[in-house]
This record gives sequence, C-alpha cells and structure tokens, in this order.
Amino acid sequence: MQIIPGITNFFRRNAAAYMFLTPWLLGFFVLTLYPMAYSLLLSFTDYDFTQPNSTQWIGLGNYMKMFGSVFGQSEFTTVTGEIMRVDPYYMKSLSVTLTYVFVSVPLKLIVALGVAMLLNQKLRGVPFYRAVYYIPTLLGGSVAIAVLWRKLFEKQGLVNDVLASLGFTDLPGWITNPNFALWTLILLTVWQFGSSMIIFLAGLKQIPSEYYDAASVDGANKVRQFFSITIPLLSPVILFNLVIQIISAFQAFTQAYIIGGGRGGVLNSTLFYTLHLYIQGWTYHEMGYASAMAWVLLIIIGVFTAIVFRSSRWWVSYGVGE
Amino acid sequence: MKTATFARHTLTHLFIIALGLVMIYPIAWMIVSSLKPNNMIFSDPGLIPKAVTFENYITGWQGYAGTTFERFFLNSLLMCAVAIIGNLISCTMAAYAFARLKFAGRAVWFALMMVTLMLPAHVTLVPRYIMFNTFGWVGSYLPILVPKFLATDAFFVFLLVQFIRGIPKEIEEAAIIDGCGKVGVFLRIIIPLATPALVTTALFTFLWTWDDFFNHLLYLTNPATFTVSRALRTFVGDAGAVTNWGGALAMSTLSIVPAFILFFSLQKYFVQGISTTGIKG
Repeated sequence: MQIIPGITNFFRRNAAAYMFLTPWLLGFFVLTLYPMAYSLLLSFTDYDFTQPNSTQWIGLGNYMKMFGSVFGQSEFTTVTGEIMRVDPYYMKSLSVTLTYVFVSVPLKLIVALGVAMLLNQKLRGVPFYRAVYYIPTLLGGSVAIAVLWRKLFEKQGLVNDVLASLGFTDLPGWITNPNFALWTLILLTVWQFGSSMIIFLAGLKQIPSEYYDAASVDGANKVRQFFSITIPLLSPVILFNLVIQIISAFQAFTQAYIIGGGRGGVLNSTLFYTLHLYIQGWTYHEMGYASAMAWVLLIIIGVFTAIVFRSSRWWVSYGVGE
Repeated sequence: MKTATFARHTLTHLFIIALGLVMIYPIAWMIVSSLKPNNMIFSDPGLIPKAVTFENYITGWQGYAGTTFERFFLNSLLMCAVAIIGNLISCTMAAYAFARLKFAGRAVWFALMMVTLMLPAHVTLVPRYIMFNTFGWVGSYLPILVPKFLATDAFFVFLLVQFIRGIPKEIEEAAIIDGCGKVGVFLRIIIPLATPALVTTALFTFLWTWDDFFNHLLYLTNPATFTVSRALRTFVGDAGAVTNWGGALAMSTLSIVPAFILFFSLQKYFVQGISTTGIKG
C-alpha cells in the first residue's frame, strides 16, 4: 500500500522533465545506442547489404582483414573456414589519416594562435578583420570550395600560374602528384583556422594586461612573456581546441572525396579513413567490414583524446595567480 | 612617441590586410572566374576579367540529369527550413530539462549527452542506413530530417544548456509563484529569453545542413531530390575530371551566397556560438 503513492509521487516529480527529454531520449536510444551496439555486432560478421540473408559470424575476421598485413599475412582463414584476403589499402588509409591529423591539427592551431595574437591588440577594425579571417572557415567545408581547390592546384591552375609568374618552372600538378596531393588537403584544412582563432581570441581577452605590465617591469621580453604568461594562461583553451580539432580531423571526408573524384586519389595518396570506410561499405557493400572499421576509428579517436587529456596535467594550468 | 605608435599600428594594419587578402584570394578568384568565358579561366590568374559573361551561369544552371539548379536550391532551402524547426524544438526541450529541471537520473543522462558530442558519426552509420532502408526512407529526406527532431545534434543541446543556465532564476520563480507551470515557464520565459542562443542554433543548423555532403551522398539517390551540395558533386567526374569548369565555378559561387548573407547580417551570433561551444570547423 505504501508503494503506490511512492510511485505516483515519483512520476509527479519527474514526469515533466522526462516529457521535455523525450525527443532526446528517443534519439539517444534509437539513433545512437542501438546502432552502436548493432554495428559492434555487425563488425564480427560478413554482412553484405545486398545479401543480408547469407550473413555469417566470422569472429575477428574483419579485424584480421584490417591488421593482417602487420603480421605479414596477405590472407587468412576465418572461423567459418573461408579464406579471406587482407585489405591491401587499410594500412594506407590509416597512415594517410594519421599524417593528416598530425600535420594539419598542430599547424592549424599555431596559425590560429598567431593570428589571434595579431588581432588581440588595441586596433581599429578588429571585428572586420576577424570576420574576413573567418570566411574560409565559413565556406571551407562545402563542396564548392573542394571543387575550387581542385581547380587551384591543378597543373594548369591558379597556384601554378602565380608560381610561374614568380619564375618557378617544372611545376607539378599538385592534386595529381601523389607526393603533394595530401598536402593540398592539409593546406585546405589549415586555411580554415577561423573557429580556433575566435576561441583563442576569447581566451586571450581573459588574460589581465597587468601580468604583461608587471613582466615588462621585471625585464621580461616579448618571447619570455609569450612562454611564461600567454601559453600557461591559455593552456586550457589550447587543450580544448586540440581535442576538438583532433576529433574532427579524424573524420574528414568531403574534401578528400571531391578532390579524389570519389576515390582515394593517385596511388591512394588521399585515401582518408572515412573515405575508405565509405567505399568499402557503400561501393562494395561490405557493411560488416565498414562497421569494424568504424569501431576501430572510435577506439583510435578515444585513445588519442585520452592521451591528450592525460598529458594535460603536465602542460595545462588552471587558475594561475588568481 | 606618437608617430612611432602610429607607424607601428600602420604596419600591423598593412600586415593584417595583406594576410587577409591572401586568405580571401581563392574565393575572390572563384567569383571573378565564374564570370569569365570558359577558355579564359585556365589562363588568367588575375582578379579583373578581360571579358565578362553570364554564360557559365546559364550552362551551370542546367544542372544534372534534366534537373536544374532551381530545383536543387529549393530542395536545399526546404531541407534547411525543416532541419531548423526540428533542432529548435528538440534541442531546446532537452536543454531546458538539463539546465533547469531536477529529476532522477539527470547527471547520468547529461554525461551521456556529452559523450555523444565526441562520438564519431561512423559508429552508427551502417545500422542507421540499414534501419532507414527497412523503413523505405532511403532516397527521401527523412533519414536526414527525422534525427533533427530527436535532438541528435548534441552541440546545440550543449549550447542551449550553457545559455539557459545563465538566465536569472528569479524571473522563473516569480512566474511559478504566479501559478505558471513548467510548460508555461518554458514557453513564456525560457524561449523568449534564450532567443540569442536560438538564433545561433538556427544559424549553424542552416549552415551545416546546407554544407553537409556525406548524408546527402548516402541518402539522396534520385537527382530530382538532390540538394545543392550533392548536385555540385556531379560537376566532378569519377576520376576527378571536370568538363564544365565555368559552370562548376558559377554554381559553386551561387552556393556560397546564403552563407555570406547570413554571416554578415548575423555576425555576433557566430562569435557567440563559436566561443561558447567551440563549434567545430
């Protein structure tokens, strides 16, 4: 008899909140949690979108397909006794993506911080300049800019025209040369430093100018001030930008897809992880394998984020000198 | 002393402007080149066209597989409008619950919401596709739009939570004393006071939906349903060759017009959105 009023009480206290939360809860369970569990399950099968009824449990087969080449294998036998070939392009896609992340993220943050410091002065027109520097970020993720980028870095493109007028000769087609193709994409990413810049700018504004005045009086030069005041006080913002940029860089897709014309470019030099995943899942219908790739990507991103957070205790300082 | 400061400021300005010009140059070049005759696009790096023509806009507008860009633009606008409505309703509701209401399990749900912020979309991709295919939704806008009504863009939930937490509680308390319920508080107090954050949400929903390519590539199979970003891809051939550069640059130029207009008319909302949530990009 005590239970009934208890339950009604519980409902009365929580009903309104859960009513407001209903759309999110539905989305969380139906579009996030259930698909995650399902894709984990699929990752142990050879699920093919065009023939779902012949799906078989292949144990770690998909994971062997990814990493078999690490053990020097080109094929292996699955638990069902079938012979499977190791994916010859998986490691390439992983190394392309890691290169892209390791180069583009630090470069982007350095440029963003540099420009933010340039704009963090008592100058007229800073809001206007900030807007101009943000424009590439505003547009950069679009198909339009990817199409433009192809044109700019072609053999007969704008970049080569400019370089030729400066006296350079024997210029390559940047997009079609496997040594340079990835670098054009890195440049495209670094060019979109606007969001990080705005966040840095907001962080820089929080640093009291008295700190710099005091340091000047003590005879610290600008370089010393940068490393002893700016960097430590900005370190939480750097951490934040770093995490956001790492997570999004691992998932880059559109630019590589458009510039490679739906493929990985010359010699797969721009075969991004997500592009490879898309090709496996939707061109070859290997959705079990695509699911396994997605889970490995999740783990890679998780590990990198964890490393950054763990390392942050060595280089991020909170609330210095309050 | 004064002249030295003046000289230093002038130099800084010049440097900032020069760097800005380099940054903007590719986009300016795209706009100008879209007005050049097709054969001059390849040979002219300058910003002043030797001849101006709208030919590229006419050939580009023809579109793909018998569908013109008029349709693609209407499709994109329609999709964005519905996406904005979905995100505004669902994300605001969730944010109000997280920011203001006390309920069992709040901390757990909020933590899970924050985790989804960092989750790569790819882990849910295949099952979502299979599910939407079972529903017969592939080829329609439903796989792209239904998630918007279920608050799956955790970024906006987070943005709105942050904003609603900053609204003074006294106003709500007064309303509750006057007999206003939770729904009343939400509709009459939270929504009006959260307008700046709602504008930011609408703005970024528009931009991301307009620019999204991956979902449009996955789910839009019929050219008549293509959006602008999906249609632009048809200018690029399978090996990456482009036959109609003029048309491609002309339609690319048109496709960035909405973003430009919104950016320059709603600039402060951009800065607010980026600095409170660190919106990716």
